[in-house]
Amino acid sequence: MLSYALIAGVLFGLYFSLVGIGLNLVFGVMRIVNLAHGDTIMLGAFIALGVVTLAGIDPLFAVPLAFVVFLLAGVLLYWVLVPRLQGSSNPEMLSIILFFGLSQVIEAVTTIFAGTSERSIQSRLLGTVFTTIKVKWFGGTPGRGGPIQILGQGFPAPWVIAAVTSLIAIALVYLYLYRTRLGTLTRAVMSRRDEAFATGIDVDRVSAVAFGIGLGLAAISGVFAPFMFGSITPAFGADATVTSFAIVVLGSLGNPLGTALGGIVYGVCYMLVQTYLSSWADLLPYVLLILILLLRPSGLLGRRVRVA
Amino acid sequence: MHNGFKHTLIILVPLLIVFAALPGVYQNHLLLFNFVIFLILAQGVNIIYGFTGYLPFGYVGFFGAGAYGFAVMVMHFQTPAVAAVLVAGLVGIALGLLLTPLLRLTGAYFAIANLAASLAVLHLVANPALENITKGPYGVSLTGTFNPSFAYDAALVVLAITLGGVIYLRNSSFGLALQAVREDAVSAAMAGVDVVKMRVIAWLASALVAGLAGGVYAWYVSVFYPDNVFSGEFSIFAIVFALFGGVATILGPIVGVIILYGIYNLIGFTTPQYFQLVYGLLIMGLVLFLPAGLMSLATRRGWHVP
Repeated sequence: MLSYALIAGVLFGLYFSLVGIGLNLVFGVMRIVNLAHGDTIMLGAFIALGVVTLAGIDPLFAVPLAFVVFLLAGVLLYWVLVPRLQGSSNPEMLSIILFFGLSQVIEAVTTIFAGTSERSIQSRLLGTVFTTIKVKWFGGTPGRGGPIQILGQGFPAPWVIAAVTSLIAIALVYLYLYRTRLGTLTRAVMSRRDEAFATGIDVDRVSAVAFGIGLGLAAISGVFAPFMFGSITPAFGADATVTSFAIVVLGSLGNPLGTALGGIVYGVCYMLVQTYLSSWADLLPYVLLILILLLRPSGLLGRRVRVA
Repeated sequence: MHNGFKHTLIILVPLLIVFAALPGVYQNHLLLFNFVIFLILAQGVNIIYGFTGYLPFGYVGFFGAGAYGFAVMVMHFQTPAVAAVLVAGLVGIALGLLLTPLLRLTGAYFAIANLAASLAVLHLVANPALENITKGPYGVSLTGTFNPSFAYDAALVVLAITLGGVIYLRNSSFGLALQAVREDAVSAAMAGVDVVKMRVIAWLASALVAGLAGGVYAWYVSVFYPDNVFSGEFSIFAIVFALFGGVATILGPIVGVIILYGIYNLIGFTTPQYFQLVYGLLIMGLVLFLPAGLMSLATRRGWHVP
């Protein structure tokens, strides 16, 4: 039971890292608190739903689609909202309220078009593309797509697929930040926005791309949300935002790669509490968040402590 | 304190008279009561956000804790309602004291930690394991103390106290010192302001106000569930109302509540999604085009706003 909880915790943890990393990228680069993060995740889930119901193909195809759509939407949204916000007296505070308004708008529009009912996707649909390729190229018969064995224990296949996708996405974020020119500029803006501006970096362009990537990553994590949490409603966004904050703060706010660690710690705690103390599991994210903020506000991997 | 007296006369007294007289002429008493509750909460947010700059995103935590403080006193100790409301205020202060370490955080960190704290209190109260004390998620029913007209009067008293507090802050050197701390804590400290003490007092005052409001609310509605009294809408509405009118003024939050909550009730109840859409757009427009609130339109022209 313990080893099951631990492995499931790591699988969920990798997924949770993906849930949080976009939020952290946006905060790190722009000092903007994106309270509509959870709603982007929710919209990603609806893209997956649309792909399955309209096209009838593997929801994995929703991953690139969701990323591209929200990358573009994010860049657009950045130019509409952020420059105006940065000009005000207290952008960090006002961003909280602004993006709260945005999250209300998204939730309302989704409810108007999709209703409030819970929606889910059959979990065997995820990953059918792999079985098809296997059958086409190597022959054999399509398997039943049962649980995947890890260290002698069976786990639902969507958990493993979500964890692997998350791992790939985080690796790509790492490559972007540390191996590309735009990524280097992004890190410069993250560490000192005004100095980056003074050196001639086009801060707005870098931020717009980072904002787009942040939303894109959130949407990708949303594609797997129906499988990881069972079902999805338009009101799912608010909870997802708080959970993402717990994960991000755990890792350290403003350091996207810290989120990977934060996600795994959170995932393992989540599974352990679910296994041994299930009636208190709801309290976990909040208590963990407060404790971390008070004891180590910089997070597990933080550099600077933000204390008044 | 000449100004303070004047503000009491031209804002507090007329407002109280209007809200004391309205139940006689207008039938929807619950709506009037909600107006009073939001006037209290918006001013409570004004005390902490307007004067110190801490954005209490989980302000409802104090409100809900106050409501449950009231409920527990009435259910287990059979206290009279007025005493239970006072206890609700004390519960608010106690929770505020418990959360004072959060004041070490700044900006978004504080707002998020405060939100998490309020959700933690909600899940604690709603935990089935504590059913003996709080009735867990099944809600409480306090029919013994049910008396809406007294509860309405009590709400007016709490509103008077709160407004009195804000008028004091607006006109005293204490309030000025708080605003100095908000603008630049280091400079204020060098000018001899005890930064920590100031912030803690404002924080506890704001917690007290929300606790009292929660107690009165529990008295008025008498049947409620954890999700009702810990609903995030209370925090959000109080913040948006205060911000819309303009914080760090006496009049701003009042105007904000009357205009926005008025609009809410005009378009609100029939189609919740469309309402949510309009509301979200309103919030965004407010932040983008009028970040300092309605009152800034007047101050920009050089008029003095109380």
